[in-house]
Amino acid sequence: MGKTATAAAFYDLEGTLVSTNLVHTLAFYAKRQQGVWQTAKKSVETLVKLPFFGVADLYSRNVFNEVFFRSYEGLSHDRLRYFSEELFEEVLKPAIFAGTPELIAQGKKIGQRQVVLTGALDFTIDRLMDHLGIDDYVANRLEFVNGYATGRVLPPVMASATKAKWIREYAERENVNLSESYAYSDSISDLPMLSIVGHPVAVCPDFRLKQTARQHDWAVLDLK
Amino acid sequence: MALQLRRKTHESIVYIDKDSAPRIMPNGEDFILEDIPVGTRVIYPNPPIKGLPNREAAIRYALNHPLEMEPLYALLEPGMRVTIAMDDISLPLPPMQTPDLRQTMLEIVLDMCAANGVDDIHLIIANSLHRKMTAWEMKRMVGAKIYDEFYPDRYYNHDAEADDELVTLGHTRHNEPLRVNKRAIESDLLIYLNINLVPMDGGHKSVAVGLCDYESLRCHHEPQTIRDSHSYMDPPASELNHKVVRLGKLVDENCKVFHVETALNNKMFSDGYDILTRNEDEFSFMDRMKWEAMKRTFSKMPRGARRKMLHAIPAQYELIGCYAGRTEPVHEKILELNYRQYEIPVKGQCDIMITGIPDISPYNVYSALNPLLVQVMALGYHFNMYRNKPLLRKGGVMIITHPCFDEFDPKFHPSYIEFFHRLLPESRDAFYLREKYEREFASNPAYIEMYRRGNAYHGAHPFFMWYWGENGRQHVGHVIVAGAENAHVPEMLGWERADNLTEAIAMARSYMGRNAEITMLHQPIIGLCSVTD
Repeated sequence: MGKTATAAAFYDLEGTLVSTNLVHTLAFYAKRQQGVWQTAKKSVETLVKLPFFGVADLYSRNVFNEVFFRSYEGLSHDRLRYFSEELFEEVLKPAIFAGTPELIAQGKKIGQRQVVLTGALDFTIDRLMDHLGIDDYVANRLEFVNGYATGRVLPPVMASATKAKWIREYAERENVNLSESYAYSDSISDLPMLSIVGHPVAVCPDFRLKQTARQHDWAVLDLK
Repeated sequence: MALQLRRKTHESIVYIDKDSAPRIMPNGEDFILEDIPVGTRVIYPNPPIKGLPNREAAIRYALNHPLEMEPLYALLEPGMRVTIAMDDISLPLPPMQTPDLRQTMLEIVLDMCAANGVDDIHLIIANSLHRKMTAWEMKRMVGAKIYDEFYPDRYYNHDAEADDELVTLGHTRHNEPLRVNKRAIESDLLIYLNINLVPMDGGHKSVAVGLCDYESLRCHHEPQTIRDSHSYMDPPASELNHKVVRLGKLVDENCKVFHVETALNNKMFSDGYDILTRNEDEFSFMDRMKWEAMKRTFSKMPRGARRKMLHAIPAQYELIGCYAGRTEPVHEKILELNYRQYEIPVKGQCDIMITGIPDISPYNVYSALNPLLVQVMALGYHFNMYRNKPLLRKGGVMIITHPCFDEFDPKFHPSYIEFFHRLLPESRDAFYLREKYEREFASNPAYIEMYRRGNAYHGAHPFFMWYWGENGRQHVGHVIVAGAENAHVPEMLGWERADNLTEAIAMARSYMGRNAEITMLHQPIIGLCSVTD
C-alpha cells in the first residue's frame, strides 16, 4: 500500500442503512404486475414463499439468493426499470434510517470513500445510491434473455464471502488501506466483510452478530 | 512516625493503634474489612453540615437577591428567549434522592418565567462530551410534570457534534477556540442551574465546558494542562481552571448568563449505609450488626446484582447554600461553602497512600467502573483531592483496592474498549497518544453516531480520562492494586498487583522503607486534604 492509500467505509444496505429488505422490493413489484390477475397471483405467490425465504436465509445467504431471485423469473426488463423510480420514492426513501445521512456525512468529512455492497438488484438501488451520495456500489445483477428475467443472478452473487473478496480486490485496485477502513452490517452473514477491515461496526445487529460484536469488542450502532 | 503526630489533630483524622478496629474499605462493588498497620493515619470525611431547613426558600432568596446582577424577575420580559442549562448525571454522585435539586430549582425558575410572560424556554443538559442522558434519567432529574411538558422538543441533551446547533464565539487571548451551543448563546438570557459537589465543578466550567464542542474542549483537556494543575481541585493552583476562566469570560462577552449555584453537604448515604463513612472504633452493637448484614447480603450476590443494588441507593445530600447572579462572585461564595464542608487540615505528607476504589465515579452511573475509570479515580480524583501540596510524597506508593476486572459497558463506553485494548499496549505516554490517536477516535463515524444517537461517551473521552490521571502518574512512584483478580489489567495500566492489602503494604515498604508513613483515605470520601508541613 502506497503513501497515498485512502480509507473507505463499506456498507451493507438492507437492514444497515435502510429498514427494508429484498422481500419489500419483490412485494412492490408483485403489486405492479400487468393486469389484476397477474398482480393477485404474484402477490399471493410472494406471501406463500415468505416462510420458505426465512428458512433459506437462516440456512445460508447463498441458498436464499438462489431461491429468492427465481421469483423474478418472467418479469420484463422494461417494467422493472420503469417502476424503479417509484420504488425509490415510495419504499426505499422513507425506509432510510434517521442516522444514515449523518453517518455517511461523517465518513465523507474524514475523507473516506463511501462504498455500498448489497444483495439487492442493481436497477432497484441506483436512485438510492445517488440520493445518499455513495461513491461506488456493487449489487446483484439479474440475467435477462430477450428482455425477460430468467430468475438467475449473474455471478458473482453478492453475499457473505463474496463481499469480502470484492472488497479485497477493490482495495487493491483503488489503493484503499483496509486497516484504516470501516465496514458496517446488520447481519452475521456479513462476518467475512466485517472481519477484513480495521474498524468493523455492527449496525442494528441480529442476535448472532450482536454476540459476535460483543465478543470481539466491535462497536454496536443503532441508526434508527 | 513521630509521636506528636499521633495525637488527635482533627476530628476527621484517626491514628491506628494496637487495639483499633479493622477498617471497612471499598473494593469495587464490594466492601472488605482490613487490618491496617499500627500508626497509619486514617482520614475520614468531615461530618455533614446540617442542611437548610427550607431549600425552596433559600433558592427563592438567592434568585431575588443575586450577586452583581439584577434579580431574576427583573431580567425576564414577555416574549424573550430563555435557555435553562443544567448539570448532567455526573453530578451529584451517586444520583440524589428525588426530588433532585435541579427539579426544585427548575420549578421555581419556570414559575417565575411564567409569571413574567416568558414562554420560549428550552431546557438543555450540559453534558458536553459525556454520554447523553436516557429519557428515564432525564425524567427522574426534573420530575414527571416538567418532563411531560418539555421533553423531547424543549428538553434535551447538548449535542457537541451537531454542527448546525453550535456557534463559534472566537478565541481567547491565548488562542483557545470556543464553539458552544447556539440556542443557549443566542438566547436573550441563559440561566445555568448548577450543583457543586467538588471545587472543580461550577463557575465558568458550567457553560464554557458543559456546552462546548470537541475542538474547544481539547485545548484544556490535554496532558500538559493537567500536569500544570496542582491540583485541579484547587482552582487558584489549577491551570485547567485558568483556561476555563478565560473561555468563560468569552462567554460573558457574548451572552447574558444568570448563574444559580448550589452547595451540598456530604451526606452520601442513608442511615442504613452511613457506617461506611464513620470511624469503625466508634461502632455500636447495631452498627456492627448492620455491617454483618451488609457483608452477608453482598457475599451472596453476583457482581452485577451488587452493582445494581449500589446504584439504586440514592444519595441523601442536603442543600447547604445557594447563590445566584454573575458567575464569578457566585462561584466564589459557593467555593467557600465547599471548603467549609470538605476541607480537612492534614499535617505532613505520607510515603504510602492507601485508598479503596468504590463503584462511584462521574462516568459510570448505572454501568461498570472499567479499568480506565479505575485509573481516573485513583490517579485523577483520589490523588487530586488536595490543596497546597499532594497528600502523597513525590515518588511515593499508592495502594488501591479494586478487582480491576476487564469489563466495559459497550453502550456507554465503546471507545474506551478500543483505547484500552489497542492503544495502551502500544504506549502509555499521554502526549504520544494525543498526537497519534485522539483525532482518529474523535472523528470515528461509528463513535460519533453512538454519542449522538445512543448513550455513548464521545470517541475522544477515554483520552481525557487518561490525561486526567497525568499529574498523578508523574507524581506517584508506584501504584499497587491489592486484590486485583487478574494480572493483565494492572500491567496494562503500568501498575503492580498484590493478592491482598497486607502483601501490598509489604511491597510498598520494600520501596519506601520500614518506617514509611502510611495514610489511608477512608473511602468513599468527599474531602479535600489541605496539606501543610
